[in-house]
Parts: sequence; C-alpha cells; structure tokens
Amino acid sequence: MPPISEAQARSLKAGDEVAISGVIYTARDMAHKRLCAAIDAGERLPFELEGAIIYFVGPTPARPGKVIGAAGPTTSARMDAFSPKLIARGMRAMIGKGYRSSEVRESLKKYGAVHLSALGGAGALLSRHIVSAEIIAYGDLGAEAVRKLQVVDFPATVAYDSLGNSVYRER
Amino acid sequence: MRYIEFEKIVETVESLSIAAGYELPPDVLLALQNTVKKEPDPKAAKILKQLIENANIASGEKIPLCQDTGLTVVFVEQGAGTAVKPPAEKPDATLPDAINEGVARGYDKGYLRKSIVADPLNKRINTGSNTPAVIHHTIAPGDKLKITVMAKGGGCENKSQFKMFNPTADAAQVRAWIVDVVKNAGADACPPFIVGVGIGGNFELSCLLSKKAICRDLNQKNNDPFYAGLEDDLLTKINTLGIGPQGLGGQTTALAVLIETAPCHIASLPVAVNIECHCHRQKSAVL
Repeated sequence: MPPISEAQARSLKAGDEVAISGVIYTARDMAHKRLCAAIDAGERLPFELEGAIIYFVGPTPARPGKVIGAAGPTTSARMDAFSPKLIARGMRAMIGKGYRSSEVRESLKKYGAVHLSALGGAGALLSRHIVSAEIIAYGDLGAEAVRKLQVVDFPATVAYDSLGNSVYRER
Repeated sequence: MRYIEFEKIVETVESLSIAAGYELPPDVLLALQNTVKKEPDPKAAKILKQLIENANIASGEKIPLCQDTGLTVVFVEQGAGTAVKPPAEKPDATLPDAINEGVARGYDKGYLRKSIVADPLNKRINTGSNTPAVIHHTIAPGDKLKITVMAKGGGCENKSQFKMFNPTADAAQVRAWIVDVVKNAGADACPPFIVGVGIGGNFELSCLLSKKAICRDLNQKNNDPFYAGLEDDLLTKINTLGIGPQGLGGQTTALAVLIETAPCHIASLPVAVNIECHCHRQKSAVL
C-alpha cells in the first residue's frame, strides 16, 4: 500500500496541519535533476514514486550514535521545473517551504497531490521527528543524496491543495 | 609589530564556525522573544515560539540550528600593527589560508553541512570542506585582529537584490523598491527576516554594505537620524505586508532593517538588499 493514496491527498485542504508518520524520501536540486533524467531515459528509479512523499532537504551529518543532523526544508521553488514530472508519475506530497509555480499547482489539481510547508530554519526541532535515515541513491551527492527516512508525527501545513487553494496571500 | 600565530587564527575560526552553527546570537533570540509578545496572530506566535524552541534544542543537544549551515563569510579587521606568523613547515601560509583551514576544521569537527561546490556552472562538485570562505579584509588602527564568522544560508541569499537608481530618485522610491524585494522573498526565504540594506558606494560596494549591515546588533540604529528614520519606516511597512513567520500570515515579517551607507558617484545611486533569515548565524572574536 502506498504511503499516501490519491484519495487521502485529495482530502487535504490548504491550511490543514498534518503530522506525518511513515516513510518519506529526501531529494533536493541535483537529485531532482537526476530523477527526471532517469525518467526521460526510461531507467528504473531508486524508489517507487506512486504514493511517495518527497522531502526537499539536505541534512547536516549525523553525530556518532545519532540518526541524522539538522533536517529542515529547503526552498521548494527551485524544484518547480522538476516536480510536475514526478507528480504525473504518482508522487502525492512534497514537503518544503515557500511558493510553487502555476505549473506545479496545475499538476496538484490534475493528479491529486499536495505541497506541504514545514518550518524553515528549525532543522534541530524537526530532526526530532526522524527516527531512521538511510542513503538509497546518489551517494556521491553527499547532503543532496536520496535518503529513505522513517518519520514520526512530522509536523507540516498544507500550503497548496489539489483544489487549487493556497495558504499564502497572493503576491 | 605584534605577531599572531597562524595556528591561533585557525583554532579561533574553527571554534567560531562551530559556535555560529549551534547558537543563535543573543540579540536575535531577544528579538524573537519580544515579537512573540507583540504578535497578535496566534498561529504566527506559535511559529515564533517554535523558533525559540529550535534555538534551545540546537544549543542544548548540539544539533545545528538549521541544516543549511551556510557559505562561510568572514570579516577580518586587521590591526595595522599585526602580522601573521606562519608555521615553520608552511612559511608561505597567509591569513586567508588560516581562515580556510579553520573553516574546514570547524565544519568537520562540528558536524556541519558542507555546502560549497568548486565549479559553479559546469561540474558543481562539492569541495567537501565548506571552503573557500568569502573573506572581507580591512586594515584598522591598533594591534588587534578581529574576526567575524557568518554562516550565510543559501535560501535567503537567493532572494537578495541589487538596483541602480537614478541619482535624482527620492527616499520614497528607494523605500518602495526595498519593500518590494522583501515581498518577493516572502515565504521562500524563512521570514521573519533581518533586512540588510547597502546604499551608495558603487556596484560591488553597495552589496558588501548590505552584508555588513546584517552583522550589526539588531538594536543598534544607524548613527545618522535620516537613515535611522528610514530603518524604522521600512520595518513598519514590511511588518504590514502580512507575510509573517514562515509566510503563513502575521505581523512579524522582519525583526530589523539595518542600513549602511557610503559616498557615491554623481551619476549613481546603487542600492542593495541582502535578505537574512531569522536563523542568523554569526560569532566574533578579537585576538
């Protein structure tokens, strides 16, 4: 069963506060570029996109005995060029911070997905909700590698929902 | 001439880099505490409290304040009566070498993220040490060496802007543009911000002034009453934009606006805005 279904994603409304428990995957700029290149080349992806939640984060190194270091969201807008391709292949939620493009918002509506905002600049606080972390792809990218995270009650706000609503004021 | 040991500078930069990553400066923490009391929006006040909690967790549990532990910007004020004494095995080592060695050691020992790529456009391979630092060196009177280490996050740096105004532009036009830059940064750059403004100088100096401005204590106004008034005015206007903490609404969009100025050409009026997130990382030491 996918971590989050289309029906679940479509039930979320902008402004809802959510607590995520389960598996999420990390990817930021370079990992997005590689994931999209792999899709274009028809290659197998390092994780199943259907129902996936992707967290835009590049954590600090874990201290010995710790699971992860600070792990807060990076600016989502930099992933705007890549997200529609991933949404079209079943990704149901993204966690980041800030605004998304009209193309991304259209994809959220069309395929049934959401964009979540996590607390930016609070990587120490958010790291408490991550109970395991494992690099599963692109290890050469260091902090930008794709990690499989197990999270518990990870707090976020629905910033863009599948009905075209946003939590932000129009700019 | 007072000689300062190379290794002493390395150790100082190392410890400043680590301290900056884990401890929010007292003036920033105080500003957050004060805004919690003033913020009427309960959701915004809750976020501000979480930011204070984050600072407490970071310093208490030794987890960096933010996963983006920044590009390291180092301001060095070198007393004219000082010189660096290189180690015997590296007779050609210079002050920038000491600073970069200190940054590399600090980011390694402090479990800080290494966020610097060597080639910006073509290869983008991480240097693995968070070096090279961006170093701004000035000569000051005396025989001291003052080092300020700032870890500048990428998300807010990306929203910083520069504009060349006509010299006949008035304060209202400059003010409107600065407010617009902040509005454009919005939720992307981790509000509440510290807004650094550089006015005057030339193309590159105005940008440097805007970065120097964010080094200032948040409670310290510009010495010139005109610019101090402009700082107050800008802060009031920015805090009526409704962006709020995390961009989710509220009256706390900026903690401070800090302006630095310099003389400029009769044809020019350069203005730069350096956006700094609430998670300002900066530590200083005097050797």
